[in-house]
Amino acid sequence: MASSFKLRTLSRSALLFIIAITFPLFLASTAHAEPATKLYGVVTDSEGKALPGIGISVVGPDGFSAEITTDAEGSWEVPIVSKGTFSATINVDDLPEGQALTNPEKSTVKANVFMLGVDLRLLFPVGPGVVQASLLERSAQLTLDGILLGLVIALAALGLSLIFGTTGLTNFAHGEILTLAGLLTYYLSAIAGLPVLVAAPLAVILGAVISGFLQDRYLWKPLRRRGTGLIAMLVVSIGFAIFLRYFFLFIFGGDTRQLPQYAGQAGLELGLVNITPKSILTSAIGVVFIIGATLWLLRTRMGKASRAVADNPALASASGIDVQKVIRAVWILGAALASYAGVIVTVNQGVSFLMGQDMLLLIFAAVTLGGLGTANGALVGSLIIGLFVQLSTLFIPTELKYVGALIVLILILIIRPQGILGKKERIG
Amino acid sequence: MDFLFITQQTLSATIGVNTIIFALAAIGLNMHFGYTGLLNFGQAGFLAIGAYSVAVPVISFGLPLWVAFLIGIVNSVIFALILGIPTLRLRADYLAIVTIAAAEIVRQIARSATFNSTLGGSDGITGKFGEEFFALNPFKSGLNTPILRFNANDLWVVITGWLLVAVIVFFMWIMVNSPWGRLMRAIREDEDAVRSLGKNVYLYKMQSLIIGGVIGACGGFVYALSRQSVQPDNYGTALTFFAYTVLILGGAARVFSPVVGAMIFWFLIVFIEQVLRQGVTNDLIPDWLIGVNQVSQIRFMLMGIGLMLLMIFRPQGIFGDKKELALDAKA
Repeated sequence: MASSFKLRTLSRSALLFIIAITFPLFLASTAHAEPATKLYGVVTDSEGKALPGIGISVVGPDGFSAEITTDAEGSWEVPIVSKGTFSATINVDDLPEGQALTNPEKSTVKANVFMLGVDLRLLFPVGPGVVQASLLERSAQLTLDGILLGLVIALAALGLSLIFGTTGLTNFAHGEILTLAGLLTYYLSAIAGLPVLVAAPLAVILGAVISGFLQDRYLWKPLRRRGTGLIAMLVVSIGFAIFLRYFFLFIFGGDTRQLPQYAGQAGLELGLVNITPKSILTSAIGVVFIIGATLWLLRTRMGKASRAVADNPALASASGIDVQKVIRAVWILGAALASYAGVIVTVNQGVSFLMGQDMLLLIFAAVTLGGLGTANGALVGSLIIGLFVQLSTLFIPTELKYVGALIVLILILIIRPQGILGKKERIG
Repeated sequence: MDFLFITQQTLSATIGVNTIIFALAAIGLNMHFGYTGLLNFGQAGFLAIGAYSVAVPVISFGLPLWVAFLIGIVNSVIFALILGIPTLRLRADYLAIVTIAAAEIVRQIARSATFNSTLGGSDGITGKFGEEFFALNPFKSGLNTPILRFNANDLWVVITGWLLVAVIVFFMWIMVNSPWGRLMRAIREDEDAVRSLGKNVYLYKMQSLIIGGVIGACGGFVYALSRQSVQPDNYGTALTFFAYTVLILGGAARVFSPVVGAMIFWFLIVFIEQVLRQGVTNDLIPDWLIGVNQVSQIRFMLMGIGLMLLMIFRPQGIFGDKKELALDAKA
């Protein structure tokens, strides 16, 4: 009984003691209306492991400045006493070998302190460091990337160019053929559970049937029958593209999704460049497709007929060529090629409803560059655009790479309006 | 369903700010496409230039607003020259591709982080750059009647905007009925015939591109002022396409048709959107079919189909004359 009483007085006096020493502090902080505030953060590497000993300096208003290094848990904090804009800079040189900021331009982070008492957490995302490659290595990698991009553009551009050549249609809905094939690949593999190696060819076949045969049969052929003008058909294709784009958004949603297989495949180091096996395979098949299409144009009866129709439909028709049959063949081939381009993009970068739209201007640029309506012009133009888009990032910010390609398009049209391989008569 | 609310929203939109913006964009296109036969797919670029020219000089350089308007007009003339010099000698479809590319260049540069400090990057510019304009607003309170509803600022934008549209339509009427206007239509019908009469077709096409572009930039002024902000992604290719829809809906090569087209366009859009929205929120339309966030997607899908059907079955639009149409010309 006595001991318990003693304990209670002890704890009471301890409590009083604590209040006694903390009260002045409490009083002081309310008097100046400065609740304790800190900027803080934890620096971890790409695997979430703490990075100790990283220097961080903070500067703020009224000459405020502080230097600190992260502790053993990788965390740091800097108490601050005034409102305003603070900026924290991480000392990149302190990061261990192989680790770097995921965005090298974000070594300084700004923090706006509107209200004291609210701690602000600042992030410095760190990832596996890209050791700054030499100019030679970067050029080699970008050249490879450019050729791969050029290949995708070429597959899509060939169809666009063939369809333009035979029917005169400037098809603004061509990009949606890529998107449809990408979505089909996704649905067949991720939802229906087919392996990608089965889903992708199936998507190309379905693309050829839906985007090629059915689209021509039920949309463009009736319009040609009605005698709809070319510009009117161009506007129809814009309406169709808008419809399809938002239809895809409606059923698929706005995010970019990866296929269930091969999504995070590691790249292979081949000399100066890094390339994933899936990229090698899809691109090799793409080259085969292009060679096949070229041989079809040059060697087969139907291919020759299609070139005759492109040259002069009336004369071709008079010499016994079934023009409608040729156009149907061109639509099916063009849609198959563009569908495969969509499959390449989907396998390597994932699929979103905007995929085709994003490619459309590059496809147009390539086709215009090479000369509208010429098949080999489309190939040359695609390669140039692909290489230019990638290699230009050596000199201009990556986000402006498409701007560079579009400017080149305009410049070439000033010098050579018919395109690189176009015929003179094609200028207005 | 709240039919009174739907009526109020729809009628306000029919004569509202967006109608004015699209009417101006389409009047410019009417000059290009309706009268001269130029297939300009870069009208969004002209609007973007107008909008940024209002915001940037005032916010970044502290210039007065009327100077910003002048800068906007000068900039749109320069853009028209840059666009026209390489492309006006080309065939119609080349022009379409190059102009669409040029408008994308404008948008991508505007949204790039490289020019973040002046152009605001992908967030665009938000600020009180229109204060001088709104200081002139005589209306202290907005309009709130059962059929129309505008707040004070919108009311001021709508009244001045319609005045601007009236002035521009008046000048368009004078221009297209002058010998100059007849020459433009002659270029649309047969360039070579005009050339054989000793006229410099290239120069006339350039004049058309500049005039239509400046009118488009005026649409950009209204766009920026009405919202006191400029968002780069509002000036994408879709804006141009919808301006074409407006023009074709009203009927190309008629002075009033872009205005009427814009009114019908926004009447339909807001009406459909409000009805769908009320249908979804009141559970008249099941959730698995259309979610609340999917209403605007349905709206765009209908717009796409509408443009196709219009072009196929009534390319002359509501008021257009089928004879006055470059649409059937071989590209």
